[in-house]
Amino acid sequence: MAEVLVLVDHVDGAVRKPTLELLTLARRIGDPVAVALGAGAGGTAGVLGEHGAVKVLTSDAPEFADYLVVPKVDALQAAFDAVSPAAVLVVSSAEGKEIAARLALRIGSGIITDATDLEAGDEGPVATQAVFAASYTTRSRVSKGVPVITVKPNSAPVEPAAAAGTVEALTVSFGETASGTKVVSRTARESTGRPELTEAAIVVSGGRGVNGAENFPLIEALADSLGAAVGASRAAVDAGWYPHTSQVGQTGKSVSPQLYIASGISGAIQHRAGMQTSKTIVAINKDAEAPIFELVDYGVVGDLFAVVPQLTEEINTRKG
Amino acid sequence: MSLRIVVCVKYVPDATGDRRFADDLTLDREDVDGLLSELDEYAVEQALQIADGADDAEITVVTVGPEDAKDALRKALSMGADKAVHVEDDDLHGSDVMGTSLVLAKAVERTGYDLVICGMASTDGVMGVLPALLAERLGVPQVTLLSEVSVAGGVVTGRRDGDTASEQLEASLPAVVSVTDQSGEARYPSFKGIMAAKKKPVESLDLEDLELDADEVGLAGAWTAVDSATERPARTAGTVVKDEGEGGKQLAEFLAGQKFI
Repeated sequence: MAEVLVLVDHVDGAVRKPTLELLTLARRIGDPVAVALGAGAGGTAGVLGEHGAVKVLTSDAPEFADYLVVPKVDALQAAFDAVSPAAVLVVSSAEGKEIAARLALRIGSGIITDATDLEAGDEGPVATQAVFAASYTTRSRVSKGVPVITVKPNSAPVEPAAAAGTVEALTVSFGETASGTKVVSRTARESTGRPELTEAAIVVSGGRGVNGAENFPLIEALADSLGAAVGASRAAVDAGWYPHTSQVGQTGKSVSPQLYIASGISGAIQHRAGMQTSKTIVAINKDAEAPIFELVDYGVVGDLFAVVPQLTEEINTRKG
Repeated sequence: MSLRIVVCVKYVPDATGDRRFADDLTLDREDVDGLLSELDEYAVEQALQIADGADDAEITVVTVGPEDAKDALRKALSMGADKAVHVEDDDLHGSDVMGTSLVLAKAVERTGYDLVICGMASTDGVMGVLPALLAERLGVPQVTLLSEVSVAGGVVTGRRDGDTASEQLEASLPAVVSVTDQSGEARYPSFKGIMAAKKKPVESLDLEDLELDADEVGLAGAWTAVDSATERPARTAGTVVKDEGEGGKQLAEFLAGQKFI
């Protein structure tokens, strides 16, 4: 069976969930060969093997941390040359997309980004995408070279599948441009203890109706009762009530969770662009005319300051 | 010496209107209003601020697109850019990001540059990979997705806020930069700016000027193919209840029924 290269997204050896989803998709089109780069790369092999990686190519050269993007492109290209895969899959993060695009250009291949599904086809893998604020669904192929495809988190289930997961050191020779952009310093984001927004199964978001940073703990408490991530609309972010890293929408993050709960969000097109592919959508808004209600599976027209605490309490009670 | 800044912008369909596909599965531009991509306004703004801080700078704004795309250039000129380059050619129709980045790289090289500034993504395709591709093609550093940017002494520095960390970046010019919507509010064109823009030069280029062949770009040169585009069925109207004091409990009941609790 053909091999499929999968670039591993990990933090110091802890593999992030979207990579495990990629392995599920990779197995539909071939045998996954994982590429893990940077500090702790070797530590990823166990979990990757349990999820179907037949081989794990690792390199922990300091260049990956010291310079932006290009060293990882050099490494992925080295892996590509070593394996000759039928496809290359990368998580649709900001960095993942940049790495994938530069690799695609170098190997003379087309690129598809933000796929929400992937299947084998007669002429290579076929990717599903949601476009124009998710008002259209497209099916696309890469028509030149070896398909390079980036996949959005939550696009496939994580399925265990035992495989060898043999670790091999990857030899990388860094090109001249690898050291072009220096990372002078790096400040780790303070962990909230909540799931990462883009990969969370449930997202609870607050908007203009939350009416102040001091009220966001209401949203956070609801999120915590469900083990959810917290999001915010652009209005809430621009008002300084919640950090930009939590912004859901066209200019923020695009999320596709199993459940999306919008509180005090009217549902402007820019917000809808970032959450419309959520499987189940719930809204709480006191304005019965808010466009968000056109999207919902369940909506409550009411004051979020009454509804949200009652909902949180009820969930906590039911969890017992 | 003058600092040469090139800003790459895109003319996109208005996201608040109905965007659709034409029969050849490319963007239908016939029935939709277009405008300068909102995210590119941030790039123009940062170019203006960097130019203000330089001894001597010139800002050229470049776009690839049909006749109407001149509107995007005019907007950037009215904000304060000095001149514009419009790449227009029938054979460009249906270009994918690989083709577009090739044309832009040629146009930028022809113009001459120390700094190329882009928005973080277009608001139609939303891929966000063009700046990285441009850097790869030009062989210069990419300093992308910056929420803060400054240029001094031939060095560009900036802050990139990622999912897990915030990074301070540094690269020597020439370089390709992209900025996010957190980089600073874009200015509104003044009446004076709008009047001045009418007199600013807009150079038109075609593929021949850029020494490109038709089969390298457009649908013919695309490295990806769209097999189908289906309009997503409107979500069927769900249940909407009015809170009469039990709204939170009713919602919990719904969530329990869906096995979320």
